[in-house]
Amino acid sequence: MFDDRSPIYLQIAEQIKHDIVTGALAEDEQVMSTNQYAAFYRINPATAAKGFAQLVDEGVLYKKRGIGMFVAPNARDLLRTGRRDSFFADVVDPMLREAEAIGVPLQDIVRHIQKEAQ
Amino acid sequence: MNGLGVRIENLTVRFGGAPALDGLDLLLTPGKIHGLLGRNGSGKSTLAAVLAGFRQADEGRVLLEGGDLGEAREPYEDAVVTSRVCLIRESGGDLVGSEPVRNILALASSLRPYWNAELAGELLDKFEVPVRKKVQKLSRGKKSALGVVLGLASRAPLTIFDETYLGMDVPSRELFYDALLADYTEVPRTIVMSTHLVSEVSALLEEVVILDNGKLITQSPVDALRGRGASIVGPAAAVDELTAGLTVLAEQRLGGTKSSTVLGDLDEPLLAKARSAGLEIGPVGLQELFVHLTGSAHVKESDR
Repeated sequence: MFDDRSPIYLQIAEQIKHDIVTGALAEDEQVMSTNQYAAFYRINPATAAKGFAQLVDEGVLYKKRGIGMFVAPNARDLLRTGRRDSFFADVVDPMLREAEAIGVPLQDIVRHIQKEAQ
Repeated sequence: MNGLGVRIENLTVRFGGAPALDGLDLLLTPGKIHGLLGRNGSGKSTLAAVLAGFRQADEGRVLLEGGDLGEAREPYEDAVVTSRVCLIRESGGDLVGSEPVRNILALASSLRPYWNAELAGELLDKFEVPVRKKVQKLSRGKKSALGVVLGLASRAPLTIFDETYLGMDVPSRELFYDALLADYTEVPRTIVMSTHLVSEVSALLEEVVILDNGKLITQSPVDALRGRGASIVGPAAAVDELTAGLTVLAEQRLGGTKSSTVLGDLDEPLLAKARSAGLEIGPVGLQELFVHLTGSAHVKESDR
């Protein structure tokens, strides 16, 4: 589930963000408690708590005292805007570099995308 | 009860000649799960034995404090302290072989102030340990499982598992990890897991202590150690230039290509320089970092 190559609390935060972006977690939906999360993924509860705390800091989750943590009402928009900003740098640019390296002409890529869009 | 804090000051233990622990200074924060990592012979088990009062320090001392102990006390020859420290060694280790399992449980319940019989019963069922059998008739795996049951049900403010899992198969080890997390969540206490199965237990840990040759190599939150190493691969000259000011843990060459494993956070200017030189930078896993930090690179080289 998690790997050893980056801090697990960041991987937890990324996974929950991903679930929000794809709609697997709805806005105002309650998320697992840190203890449930720790037991489910077999990780230290303090690590899980740190991942959740990071999401509260970023405004992605909010706390209801004594009840638990919930997805913030605007979380999906917030995250999608952030992901759109880095979309070209993270997704398109590496594709273009790969295309150049293996000799796929730009027109072919454009044609392929236009065909997909129809 | 919040678990005992551990203060180790200039601890040296010798077996005849070379010291097993060599002037070790170390603090373990109460209430956390600490990993004690090191290769065979690094001093892990000796440290565990001193913490549990099984062995005396030759120099320096170990102090346990907090919880219901209050002031700092040394574990050696102190029954109050040792009743609150539970060390479980490999395959049940210190269990009296000629006694039936249920007698061992009765003994534990009379010695351990926080013994939880209900939890012990649940765990014995889960691990399918036969309570009527004598300990010496149990398989290696069941002996280890009995050790785990004693370690968890004691709910000792300082609980140390020293390679306890060695005789257990994968499903039993997973049961152990689940039971450990569940009970730790319910009753937080100081837990030390001594192991060299780094990748299997690292997610359970909060802090990690790495020993080598009786000395402290590093102590750090385990999550901070993840991603602290980096591998840099590319033309040898470019790699050498980039890594000149860094702590290089290991190097490998294949023709004109070189791969260096370095320690430390790479800053943005350095990353930019690496990219413009066409070098590839990748993360290093915890197990690999551990291998490099404890010096097996030298062993590997001399083996060739």
